[in-house]
Amino acid sequence: MDIIVKKEKCVGCVLCSNECPYGAITLVDERHELEEGLKAKFAVRLAVIDRDKCTYCGQCVPVCPFGAIEIIREEATFEGKEEYKGVMVFGEIRDGILETYTFELTGKGRELADKLGVPLTGVLIGKDLKKYAQDMIYHGCDRVILAEHESLEHFLAEPYTKILTAIISEYKPEVFIAGSTTMGRALFSRVAAKIGTGLTADCTGLDIDGEGNLIQTRPAFGGSVMARIKTPNHRPQMATVRPRVFKKAPEDRSRTGEVIKFPLTEDMLTSRVKFIDYIVDETSHVNIEEADVIFSGGRGIKGPDSFKMLFELADMIKGAVGASRVAVDEGWIPYSHQVGQTGKTVAPKMYLAFGISGAIQHLAGMQTSDFIVAVNKDPEAPIFKVADIGIVADLFEVVPLLKKKLEEKLKNA
Amino acid sequence: MRIVVCVKQVPDPENAKMDWETGTVVREGVKNIINPFDLYAIEEALRIKEKLGGEVIVISMGPPQAEEALREAIAMGADKAILITSRDFAGADTLATSYTLSQAIKKIGDVDLIICGKQAIDGDTAQVGPGVSAHLDLPQITFVGKIDEITEDRIRAERMVEGGYQVVESPLPCVITVVKDINIPRLPSLKGKIAAKKAEIPQWGPEDIDADPKRIGAAGSPTMVEEVFAPELKKEGRIYSEDQIEEAIEKVIEAMEKMGVL
Repeated sequence: MDIIVKKEKCVGCVLCSNECPYGAITLVDERHELEEGLKAKFAVRLAVIDRDKCTYCGQCVPVCPFGAIEIIREEATFEGKEEYKGVMVFGEIRDGILETYTFELTGKGRELADKLGVPLTGVLIGKDLKKYAQDMIYHGCDRVILAEHESLEHFLAEPYTKILTAIISEYKPEVFIAGSTTMGRALFSRVAAKIGTGLTADCTGLDIDGEGNLIQTRPAFGGSVMARIKTPNHRPQMATVRPRVFKKAPEDRSRTGEVIKFPLTEDMLTSRVKFIDYIVDETSHVNIEEADVIFSGGRGIKGPDSFKMLFELADMIKGAVGASRVAVDEGWIPYSHQVGQTGKTVAPKMYLAFGISGAIQHLAGMQTSDFIVAVNKDPEAPIFKVADIGIVADLFEVVPLLKKKLEEKLKNA
Repeated sequence: MRIVVCVKQVPDPENAKMDWETGTVVREGVKNIINPFDLYAIEEALRIKEKLGGEVIVISMGPPQAEEALREAIAMGADKAILITSRDFAGADTLATSYTLSQAIKKIGDVDLIICGKQAIDGDTAQVGPGVSAHLDLPQITFVGKIDEITEDRIRAERMVEGGYQVVESPLPCVITVVKDINIPRLPSLKGKIAAKKAEIPQWGPEDIDADPKRIGAAGSPTMVEEVFAPELKKEGRIYSEDQIEEAIEKVIEAMEKMGVL
């Protein structure tokens, strides 16, 4: 792998060095000739890349208006790519229930399968799965593979991995997607490493290119840049997908499909890690990862008591309560509520931020929400830059009034 | 107890500012830090060592300047650090990275526990910890918010999952990844800082860890970044002042109705 600056195209501006997150690009005084077609014949400065600092992240490449930076890379090779056909979707069973975001995956999976002209296969692991197999067929799958066993009731990475790798080697899908939940990430990371294929995390866009490759779009650096990623040679092309981004497949009860029971061996069911217990987080009535609406509090909330106001609001419309890092570090609310770079990334239909200034690490966790409301006394707070509705006022005036109006609205509805 | 902690050096987000005109991040002077989640990993390793004895070895794969991050780890109290660095490792995706780290861990040998941060804040993948565990064929416990109990040969931990905690138990050796809830990382002591200055940090290349050249760096990476681009900018919203609270709230409720969250 190498990164080069084409001298004849580098005019010596600072765009690339400003962009580099690692400080690897400096401009040195060096007079050099420019290629024809550029405004000047010579430039007096040249971008130089320090390879001891460069991580080849590629952010500098698109910012150069003259195409002066190029990354040269060797491609990884893989045997037998052509044998892999079809799209596969992993349906997440949590506490014995099929997570409904699975239908977002079958919706997207159906679209990809149709573009490729291949079948869509669902995969379920757990116990008593028949009902859900049918649901997956109603929501777009052509067939569903079931791995059912008493001992598979709770997620454990080892048996789930052994089963998925066996299913992959038997059915050879070209694309395999799961949700980017704690289960999806823990499982797919292990599976991809075991079989030695590519995995792209937390995708917000999936498409098929002209060569039949899966084009995976995902945010990086906390959503401040987007990357388009391919797995050109390896199969399956694996991706975890952010829940609540894609539309759910509509239910069609006239659809039929095959349900296949996957044969399990003793070895597949063994796990060195043992499940002991599941403890429900009592403070969260609704998970912030799954809520349609989140009421979030920051420094301006001033203390734990005021979070009660937000919980009251949230309870009225089945929303969840989020918090900024400051509020969590102050001990006003547990960490499970923290939104941002060192907390959770959320993208609800509506995010309401109360007394949150909007540090970049917070924005990274919520800026992809569909609709953002910000309430803050400081008109300069960066949160207003991402808000659809901003209210420059005291949250302690806004919250009670919002609650009152919401009550009226719900009563009349 | 021999504990290995895997860390990554990342750009400091506090140094970044959003350019709202272009939607890109502008960095004012570049400062790199230890990935915040890895600080919890280092701290937890130190606490376990204080309880059970043994040593804490911190490793990082990265360019030569990642040595700074390893010195910081020694300043916090780690016993040793090893930098895994070579041009041949460059361009690694999570598969090649986890393979490389696992080869280094094999080379260290007799490791009882491997701790990683849940994810790095630049890539946000959470894939390297489980990847290391898969390559070493060890049990994995991801997203650990609390270690209930740890002995020479067993660990019981709470995994932070959606809506609660999953309590699991595993024999050692195993790989765990940790979240912020697990502890509050200590600051470097003066003694630590002196040790960090003096410490010799060996650099290991591909031959030192018996790495298969086809499985490291870009050559060992199935995924390829095709393009990096700025996200679409949101259009500026409407800002209401203090005397327009009533009107603003009506608009909020209208929006709630429109978004279907009522």
